Formats: sequence, C-alpha cells, structure tokens
Amino acid sequence: MSQPKEIFVKTDRCMGCRSCIIACAVAHSESKTLFGAVAQSPGPKNRVYVEWVAPDKKVPIVCRQCEDAPCMYACISGAISRNEKGIVVTDPDKCIGCWTCVMVCPYGVIGRNLETRKAYRCDRCPDRDIPACVSACPTGALVYDTVPAYSGAVRKQVSQALSKAEGE
Amino acid sequence: MAYNENILNKSIDPAVHQMLARAETLGLETVWDRYEKMLPECGFGELGVCCRNCNMGPCRISPFEDQGPQKGVCGATADIIVARNLIRMIAGGAAAHSDHGRDLAHTLLLTAQGKSGGYKIKDETKLMALAKEYGIDVNGRSKEDIALALAKNVYAEFGKQEGYVQFTRRAPDKRLAVWQKAGIDPRGIDREIVEIMHRTHIGVDNDPVNLILQGLKASIADGWGGSMIATEISDVLFGTPTPTRSTVNLGVIKADQVNIIVHGHEPVLSEMIMAASNDPDLVSRATAAGAAGINVTGMCCTGNELMMRHGIPIAGNFLQQELAVITGAVEAMIVDVQCIMPSLGDLCECFHTRFISTSPKAKFPGAVHMQFNEEKALEIAKSIVESAVDNFTNRNPAKVFIPDEKTDCMAGFSTEAILAALGGTLDPLLDAIKSGAVKGIAGVVGCNNPKIKHDHGHVALVRELVKNNVLVVTTGCNAIACAKAGLMVPEAANTAGDGLKGVCQSLGVPPVLHMGSCVDISRILTVCAAIANALDVDICDLPVAGAAPEWMSEKAVSIGAYVVSSGIFTVLGTVPPVLGSPLVTNILTHAANDVVGAAFAVETDPIKGAGLMIAHIEKKRQALGL
Repeated sequence: MSQPKEIFVKTDRCMGCRSCIIACAVAHSESKTLFGAVAQSPGPKNRVYVEWVAPDKKVPIVCRQCEDAPCMYACISGAISRNEKGIVVTDPDKCIGCWTCVMVCPYGVIGRNLETRKAYRCDRCPDRDIPACVSACPTGALVYDTVPAYSGAVRKQVSQALSKAEGE
Repeated sequence: MAYNENILNKSIDPAVHQMLARAETLGLETVWDRYEKMLPECGFGELGVCCRNCNMGPCRISPFEDQGPQKGVCGATADIIVARNLIRMIAGGAAAHSDHGRDLAHTLLLTAQGKSGGYKIKDETKLMALAKEYGIDVNGRSKEDIALALAKNVYAEFGKQEGYVQFTRRAPDKRLAVWQKAGIDPRGIDREIVEIMHRTHIGVDNDPVNLILQGLKASIADGWGGSMIATEISDVLFGTPTPTRSTVNLGVIKADQVNIIVHGHEPVLSEMIMAASNDPDLVSRATAAGAAGINVTGMCCTGNELMMRHGIPIAGNFLQQELAVITGAVEAMIVDVQCIMPSLGDLCECFHTRFISTSPKAKFPGAVHMQFNEEKALEIAKSIVESAVDNFTNRNPAKVFIPDEKTDCMAGFSTEAILAALGGTLDPLLDAIKSGAVKGIAGVVGCNNPKIKHDHGHVALVRELVKNNVLVVTTGCNAIACAKAGLMVPEAANTAGDGLKGVCQSLGVPPVLHMGSCVDISRILTVCAAIANALDVDICDLPVAGAAPEWMSEKAVSIGAYVVSSGIFTVLGTVPPVLGSPLVTNILTHAANDVVGAAFAVETDPIKGAGLMIAHIEKKRQALGL
C-alpha cells in the first residue's frame, strides 16, 4: 500500500500573505479563475485559514484529514465518511447542519455555508494533483508530501545543522 | 469604571477607554477592530519585497533563499524593490506636505492680488523677513505688492528646474556642502518628486544607493522646501504663533453647544471656519436652535494649527477621530486633506453628524461635499458652519456620551516664540546645553498607529527624555499625545530632571514645547540650523536626536528622511517596510552616517528608544567637548 500525501505546515515559513486563502477560494469557485471568482455571487469559500500569534507568528491552518477523524465519528446523520483517496468528505445530501462536526474538530477548520446550509471543509482539491493552497504558497510554508518523505527531509535538515554545529 | 484588558491595551488615554467601551456597547467598528481583522498582515508587504510597478508582476521576493523567487520578472532583487518602494513612500509624503505648502502659496497670491475672500496679511514682520530672504526689494512698496512678489517667488519653487530651493539656504554652510557633495541639494520641489516616480518606473534606476539618494533629495525638498513654505506662509497669513493656553482631549466637546470639528491639515480652511463660527448671525442662529454657542475644536494637524495661533482646543489625535463622532455630540466633522479615515462616512451615518468634505482633492464616501475655494472663503465657511448649526436640532440626546477628560496645555512655541521666551537670543539655551543642565534637544513627532498602544509610544519616550534632562520639541500627533498627558504645562517641569526643571522654571515654559503641525517640523529644522550656526558646527554635530514613536504615514517616511538628511539621528518606533533588503536596512541604519552624518534606528520599545537618543546626545556632547 503506497503512502498517502498530506499537507504539512512549516509555520516558520509563513509570511501571512494569504495567497493560500485566495487560491483555495478560486479552486472552489465556478470559473476556477481569480477574476471569475471575485465576480461570483455568492462568493466561493476558502477552506484554509491563516491565524496570527502575537507578536509576529503567522500560522496556516488546514484540515488535517485525521486518521481517527473526530468529525466522522461525531456526525449523527452519517454524512461524513472517508473516500477511496482517504479524504474525509461530507455528503451534502446527508448533512443536516447540526454543527456537531464543528464542535469536535480540534483545528476549527469546518465552515458553514449560509447558502447551502451545509458544513464545508478542505477536500484536498480532488481535480488537482497538488492542492491549490500548496501550489500558491510562495515560500514553501505548505508542503504536500508523504509522511516518510516529509520526515526524511526534516531529518536531513537537522542532521546538516547538527554536523555544522559539531564542526564549529 | 473598570474596563476589560482588551480595551485597556489599546490606549493609555482614559478618554479612549471610555469611548471604546461605548463603541462596544453600540456595536460600532473602529480602527482597532479593523486592524485586528487585518491580522496577520502580509509579510511580503511588511518586508517591502512586493513590487506592483509593472504588469509583468505583481512580483514578490521570497525572504528564504532556498524557496521561492529571488528576483522579480524584470530581474529586480529584493534590494532594488525595497529601495524603490521606500522612495515611492517618500515621494508620497513629500508630495502631500508640499502640496499643502502650494495651497498656502496660492492663498498668499490671491490675498496679495486682493482676490481672496477674507484672508489678510497678518504678520508683516515675517512678510518683510521672507521678502528679504528672497532678495525682494521692499523699499517704498505696499505690503500687498511685496506679498505678491513673495508669493510668485515661493510659487516658483515648486516648478523650478534648476538652481536651488531658497529655504535650503537656511541650513548651515557645512550642511549644504554635505548635500552638494552627495548630490542631494534639491533643484525644485516638484521636480525631485517626479524624478522619484520616473526612476522607480520599470527599467530605470536599479541601484539601491542611487535610488535612496534621490529619496533623500526629495525629502530635503519637503522639509526645507514644501513644509517650510507651508509654515512660513501660514505665519504670514495667520500670524506667527506665540505661547497660548488651551485644552485638549475629547472632553473639549461641549454637550450644550453646536460642536464643529475641523479635521485634516491646512489652516486655509480651519481659520475660516473659526472666523465664521464667530459670526454674530450664526451664533444667534445657534442660540435660536437651543444651543449655548458654537464650539469649534480641532482634530489632528489642522487642530494644531488653530491651537498654536488661537488656543482653539483639540479633541484628539489621529486614532481619536472616530471616537469624536461616537460622542454623538458632533454636528459637523469638517475635513480637508490628509489622515482623514474614510471610515468616518459609515460612522457618521450612525449619528446625526454631518461629514463635510471641502477639498476638490479629497472626497469621501458618505460625505457631503461643500467645496472650499479661497476666493469665496468666508462665504463658503459661513455656509458650512450654518449647515452644522442647523444640524443641532437633529442631535439625539440619548446618543450623547462625552468623556470628561480634558487637559490644560500651553502651545504656540514657534521659533520666534522660543527666541522671545529666551529673551531674544539663543544664548540662555546654549548656556544651559553647555552647562549640561539641558543635555540636548529631541524632536519627537509623528502619527498614531494601532500597532502600538495609542499614545504609549509617544508619552513613555518623551517622559524618559524629559526625566533625563532632554528638552523635547514636538509637533503633530505626538504634540497632542504629550498635551493630553499633561506634559505641556509649565508645572510639568516637575517631571523633568533637575537641570531641565530649573531651566523650565526660570523661563516659565513646559519641558515639552509644542511647535505645531507636521509641516512645522520645519520650525525644528530652523532652530537646529540657528543653534548649529551659533556654535559654528554642522547640525550633525549637535546633541540633538529625533523620534517618530508611532509613525504610520508616507509623510512620516519623508520626514524621517529629511531629518536624517539634515544630520539628525532618528529613532523609528514602528518597523519600516525595508527589512526584506539587508542592504537597504544597512544603508538606513549605518551607511547613511558616512553620507549625511546621521542614520535611523528602529526600536519598538519607547523606553529603549529614548535610551538610544540619550546615548546619541551624550556621544555628541562628548565630541563637542561638553
């Protein structure tokens, strides 16, 4: 079984430019273009967020697609399930808008669509190879990779730093 | 009353606490709410590395070398982009100050031609002095004739192509030599601003050092040009300020009167509004409407202009403009140009307040536009005041909430007034500096910025300076902050170190001297030039320092640039958008010393900022052998 990819967040790389937010909304718009998206009414919804931690930390937050997803177990109407790609999805036909998923989500990444009156969250951009937010990030603060590859890169980095420190 | 921490953290001013609680109760949004919604602010913008100067972009340079673009589409590096963006800010600031100066020159011209609707030449002494400076023959000529010649000369400074701007010649010869050596002696005011726009166009100047030098050149054309013209011509038309008593803070708004707030910058408008408010017909119209009178108060720099010359009270500084409307007792918020929040339109709609714009250059959503024109100045001012008076009956008493806070202050310290307070000569001040009773002089100026607890940056820094025997001269929103904090009364000498306290007590002046509006920083330059000449040194040799603890505007960037270009070490209390370029950062904080004998420092802690200034002053004293 191959390793699935996840969206990892390097908080020390985030500039707070919100390019990820714009790209997310565009990717979830009808036209899939920026100019079309800003003209769309009601506007498309972003599913990634950038939070501010005083004094100068900027932290992108996106659905973790938890293996043991609290939202999936908490959903009383059985609307939330994991699809064949391993993505946690809400079936809008079954969602009754009770917001239980919102209460249990440890990351606060589930939104409420006032038009459809349904819950929405990151769907990992099913039509794209790389999620829009990751493609849009100009500093590599968002990384789309497998756990072994990501951890391997971290190990590589830390070992370089260690050997450099020892050399000094 | 106890307020929650969220409110207390926003300002040191109790009047602001009260009004923020009131805004919360009424569900009204203020600048602080919008700032919080803006967070996090974009790091590329904070670092100054985004460029929108052409349509191959927008480009932005990643601050991380291993990830993301290191050059714009045209090839511009972070150094180039940061330098271009910085000097475009200077262009914006220098343009704003200088256009203000131009409006004054225009008013003088119309007045001299007998075409202005209500303005007079009030200070003939200054008119004559300026005429002499411009080499205008005054013998046997009427004051109107001389004023006409002066107005034409001053007007010409803006469009001048060659030569120099006359007031730059007020700088000590040593300073002029520095400027000429660096190639930053401005040729004309508009020309240097236009040249910034040219150089920063795609594919023109791509040398960060060369770009910054042009920025300094344009800034000198502001400080020793446009701003100085604004100050001097305002003095000719409205009188050179002399020490006067007044009051400041939102408590100056009166529950039983028609309240008119003049907000913005140019005295051309506010002077006439003040004059119109004394019109007997309008006063009786106000009385007939049930008001006890017409109360004109100021906001921001136009408030400073009126306070300096007439002792008109000031309702608050930049971050208090919305709070003034929320008192529910303001019949009209009359604005001209600069630092007027467009949010006032929506806010005024929540009350009976009429938001009246007057300048063809500055229109706002939700404002009624009553265009001002110098040729019919008093007539228009009367109709504006009448509109305010007629609005009194629309006031809803249930919505009125005026804080009690107001503080006494003494303002009006023009260069001439300081000299007069010293007995007509600089000697007592020089002696005090030489003896060490006064360690040095600090010019503390600039805006408010919600990034810093309102007035805390200003007041904490100034208190620390005063405690350490540094005489503070101030303008703009810092002046208003100091006045509110009670630092602008002679009794505030008690908060000063022993040396400064003695000097202030013997002269009967406060330890913090109000020198006017933001264009009046030119007065500080004049004082520095006079002291440098008296000691036969350059300005950069003097024990003086500058600070802008809560700066936010492009005007402040231009001010910082001309203050440093004039040889004065300057501490910024908010971080300028330049850190994306280590080269530009180094030029501003170090290398500038080699070119103009001064540099910037950035320190967001006001006490530490004051410490840097005091250390600099000590260093300069030592070098002078004091």
